[in-house]
Amino acid sequence: MTNAVIFPIAIPLTTAVILIFCVQSWKAQKAVSVVSASLLIAASLWLVRLVHHEGVQKLDVGNWPAPFGITLVSDMLSALLVLTTSVIALACLLYSFFTIGAKQASMYYYVFFQFLIVGVNGAFTTGDIFNLFVFYEVMLMSSYALLVHGGTKIQLQETMKYMVINVFSSALFVIAVGYLYAVTGTLNMAHLAVRIPQMENTAVLTVISLLFLIVFALKGALFPFYVWMPGAYAAPPAAVLALFGGLLTKVGVYSILRTFSLLFRQDIGYTHTILAWLAVATVVFGVIGAVAYRDMRQIAIYNIVAAVGVMAFGISLMTEESMEGTIFYLLQDMVMKTALFFIVGAIAYVAGTNQLGRFSGLLGSYPLLGWAVLISALALAGIPPFSGFIGKALIIRAAFEQGQLAFPLIVLLSSLLVLYSVMKIFIQSCWGEARGCEQKRIAPLYVPIVALLSLAVLYGIGAEFVRPYIAQAAATLADPSVYIESVLKE
Amino acid sequence: MNELILRTVTAVVTFIIILFGIQLFFAGHYYPGGGFIAGLVTAGALVLLLLAFDIQTVKTMVPVNYRMLIGVGLLFALGTGLGGVVFDVPFLTHAHGHVMLPVLGDVSLHTAVLFDLGVYLVVVGVTMTIIETIGEEE
Repeated sequence: MTNAVIFPIAIPLTTAVILIFCVQSWKAQKAVSVVSASLLIAASLWLVRLVHHEGVQKLDVGNWPAPFGITLVSDMLSALLVLTTSVIALACLLYSFFTIGAKQASMYYYVFFQFLIVGVNGAFTTGDIFNLFVFYEVMLMSSYALLVHGGTKIQLQETMKYMVINVFSSALFVIAVGYLYAVTGTLNMAHLAVRIPQMENTAVLTVISLLFLIVFALKGALFPFYVWMPGAYAAPPAAVLALFGGLLTKVGVYSILRTFSLLFRQDIGYTHTILAWLAVATVVFGVIGAVAYRDMRQIAIYNIVAAVGVMAFGISLMTEESMEGTIFYLLQDMVMKTALFFIVGAIAYVAGTNQLGRFSGLLGSYPLLGWAVLISALALAGIPPFSGFIGKALIIRAAFEQGQLAFPLIVLLSSLLVLYSVMKIFIQSCWGEARGCEQKRIAPLYVPIVALLSLAVLYGIGAEFVRPYIAQAAATLADPSVYIESVLKE
Repeated sequence: MNELILRTVTAVVTFIIILFGIQLFFAGHYYPGGGFIAGLVTAGALVLLLLAFDIQTVKTMVPVNYRMLIGVGLLFALGTGLGGVVFDVPFLTHAHGHVMLPVLGDVSLHTAVLFDLGVYLVVVGVTMTIIETIGEEE
């Protein structure tokens, strides 16, 4: 069918519009949201299968041929990211039903939720650089609304900062797109990828590529542009935070991955060295933050920063193996970070605080929650049977093969500190005598937590099963001619 | 306070502004104009009513829930896009043709107008929601 690519965008968009009309009925909102999220998963599974069997899927929106109209392109990377987004969306919905009440729902909470999914799926799917900007804005507008939703003092304060920094980076994005358009005369990514190697003046393209790097580093929280994140992500409720932690920064990582593998290959020695330095600095500052804090949220937030650094390092290596590792790591990290914020949110709910040390002995009264913390710690650090292992292993092996020594060792060491930081949560909250925790009913929260964790564990054990899909995604990234030809054919 | 002059002028001018908005809306395909500016002009007419009268009076004059209007507008825009899915052509492919209408005769119609109508409704809805929400706040 012609329109396979549009469904991951059209389904949440339609849902958002329907939800505007049934905003007064809490039950109808729940039903519509769950049905649409399940449909979304089915559509993305179908899309993955289609891309696996028939190669890169494209849709010329409005039937205008490729460089002139907007093209939506779904290669294996986009399809896998869209699938992961759909799974996270369903999990976050289930978590929201329990933690975000009917009052918030009547203030359009689920409408904004669906629009956020529209933005993320659109950004993953688009093949046009200005359309990418538009989907970024769809995503960011909804994230502003979700961040401030509820209107507590801390949320207002942090939304202000978050908005200022993102308005700035969006303006920079428009300027960068303007420069790129002035130099190349096109906005379609595949067409750009054809034109850029033909340009004689590569210096100006290098400047533009660095401008894009700054923009996406601001969105994706790379050093030194991550400073907005610890504050902004500490403000919203756990369900929103899990959605942000799972999706928002990863769109920035995806954009870096896409632009620096498809478009800006003209001076790899320069641009990708800068990316590698930024990446390693991000890892270092991320783990410093993760080790330093006793606040569970801050530990989880700095874990995002560290993971973004690992992915950016994988991108900077630009070999097929490192791409494969990056994609492996990216997919598992989206799921694991969402799960981690779910768990942290659940612990904070029963303990009434985010500060470690004020409570202990969780394992006695909430055994499932306790073991969930342990599994997530092992998976995040990359202990072999779990999901984080193979991605990091591939990235580090690719780095050693290029003759690098210091950077991959830093990344290895960071795993240890990440493990330490999450084990700190486990030991201080789960061990010891029971104190500071109330008996509360949190059974509904276990559903999304257990679902995501078992998915992550299966992903680690069944790496051989997902490997062909990820290899296909990495092959398209390593050799963009497949992408270009499938977009510009006919 | 007696606002006789303001209210009388408003009664005349509002209709001219709304007509101008409709003219801009339909001219959009061939001349400068379109759904966005037409929506803003129409919202401007409603704002003039708000200036001359109070919020409650305007609500009884124009009994529209502007948040629903945003939804209806999005539905129009989305519907023209999803029409492509129904007819198995790419999303947002538009159809056009000449239609004989009883009174107007031969008219060239284009589904892009429906998309524009969606934009128009969303712009009116968003502008009025912003202004009424700020206006009602104490």
